[in-house]
Amino acid sequence: MKIVLGVFAATFVFSASGLHAADAPPGAASCSGCHATNAAAETPVPKIHGRPAAETIDVMTEFRTDKKPSTVMNRLAKGFTEEETRAIAIWLAAQK
Amino acid sequence: MAQTRRSFLTTSTALASAALFPMPALAQAAPRVVVVGGGFGGTSVAREIKKLNPKVSVTLVEASPTFTACPFSNLVIGGLRDLKAQQFNYDKVRAAGVNVVIGTAIGVNASGQTLRLADVTLPYDRLVLSPGIDLRWDALPGYNEAAAAKMPHAWRAGEQTTLLRNQLTAMEDGGLVVMSVPANPFRCPPGPYERASLIAHYLKTSKPKSKLLVLDAKDAFSKQRLFQNAWKELYPNHLEWVSLSAGGKVNSVDPETNTLTTDFGKQAAKVANVIPPQRAGRIAELAGVTNQTGWCPIDPVTFESRQVPGIHVIGDATIAGAMPKSAFTANSQAKVCAAAVVKLLAGEKPAQPKLINTCYSVVAPDYGISVAGVYEPAGGVLADVKGSGGVSPADAPADARKTEAVYAEAWFRTITSEVFG
Repeated sequence: MKIVLGVFAATFVFSASGLHAADAPPGAASCSGCHATNAAAETPVPKIHGRPAAETIDVMTEFRTDKKPSTVMNRLAKGFTEEETRAIAIWLAAQK
Repeated sequence: MAQTRRSFLTTSTALASAALFPMPALAQAAPRVVVVGGGFGGTSVAREIKKLNPKVSVTLVEASPTFTACPFSNLVIGGLRDLKAQQFNYDKVRAAGVNVVIGTAIGVNASGQTLRLADVTLPYDRLVLSPGIDLRWDALPGYNEAAAAKMPHAWRAGEQTTLLRNQLTAMEDGGLVVMSVPANPFRCPPGPYERASLIAHYLKTSKPKSKLLVLDAKDAFSKQRLFQNAWKELYPNHLEWVSLSAGGKVNSVDPETNTLTTDFGKQAAKVANVIPPQRAGRIAELAGVTNQTGWCPIDPVTFESRQVPGIHVIGDATIAGAMPKSAFTANSQAKVCAAAVVKLLAGEKPAQPKLINTCYSVVAPDYGISVAGVYEPAGGVLADVKGSGGVSPADAPADARKTEAVYAEAWFRTITSEVFG
């Protein structure tokens, strides 16, 4: 009963304040460690936030299957299933 | 039990206040998160929580107004970079809505949910500790804080980095440099070997009659084959690595004579770089989140302490299974922890995460190598995702090494811009 009340109160407070952000799918938040989110950033590493999802899915599939050579991306792409990759690509496309 | 009772008290207070003052009570109900440690982990988690939910009150407690980054500080020691390029302040972190408090956290009251500083007590709903490492002054006979002024560790960047650099530049050509490397676990597993490479590069180019001797308490290390191939190719006369089984473990040091002692004898050094054993930063122990190893066991989904509810731990201080103690790891964990904290504050269930680490090491100005990995919670720890990850190919051509050196520098710029910019 106590726990139910606690959850109710917390949910009420949060929804009343409109506090929800779109959740990043597993792994997606890590990308910005190398891929700059700031469009003005000077880096040879490609910008992937805001890129059409289909492009990201294609490139990631090529990395995962070693059709496209890279430095670290072949090793990282193999850590994600097709479904996970698709979710990340769609989320990235929606980021500014 | 304590958790349930606390939830009940919080709830009672919230409901009572809401009944008396409905609108102000809602405004006052903004959850409070306090973060300790303004490095790659703590600063990232503070900003990420604020980004995910701007209504959360986020306070970042950090002892120093200037952050000096460890990644790339080996280039400063090797004379390839200025220490100023390693330094950042918290102006942009404040501008992002984080309340930055410069001060030292000296205690945690876990049941009362408060963090104590010398002159203020900060209440929290969730506490995130990202305290990095402390050097163990009790672990290597002869090595303490006073000895570090003579035999620098340079394992926390700043004055120690400059001290080691200055000792190298002041040394006469022909002098012997000796580095002592501890057993696992320690901050930045490939770090000692990157440093060895860049000291050897400095000696080769500026003091060709000198040599670096690396005394190691281990037989195997991160990116070992890649480092050893590079050493054979680039520094055959300037770097010698002595493994544990070859007698490399340093048992004691003497700062008076700048001498390091192993099972096989005494080694006098012109410059001695002693990297001592380490443990989680002090506040972790004060908060009761360290175990007998000196590091912090955590839940791999939420990064909540296994020992104290309501306190999360990220970064170097954690026991994170397969994830190495690196800046990239701390940043990756910070984002997962932030999402979990925001969910928990909302009474929701955090999702199963995946995390990434990428670590570049610079072996020479145009020669970079890397290790990369993907991790997920499995069996209560963070485990490698099967079939993923690994190190740069052993047979990569020179242009691939050059690309990795360029990407290493790009990574530093990008991540420091995300965290501090």
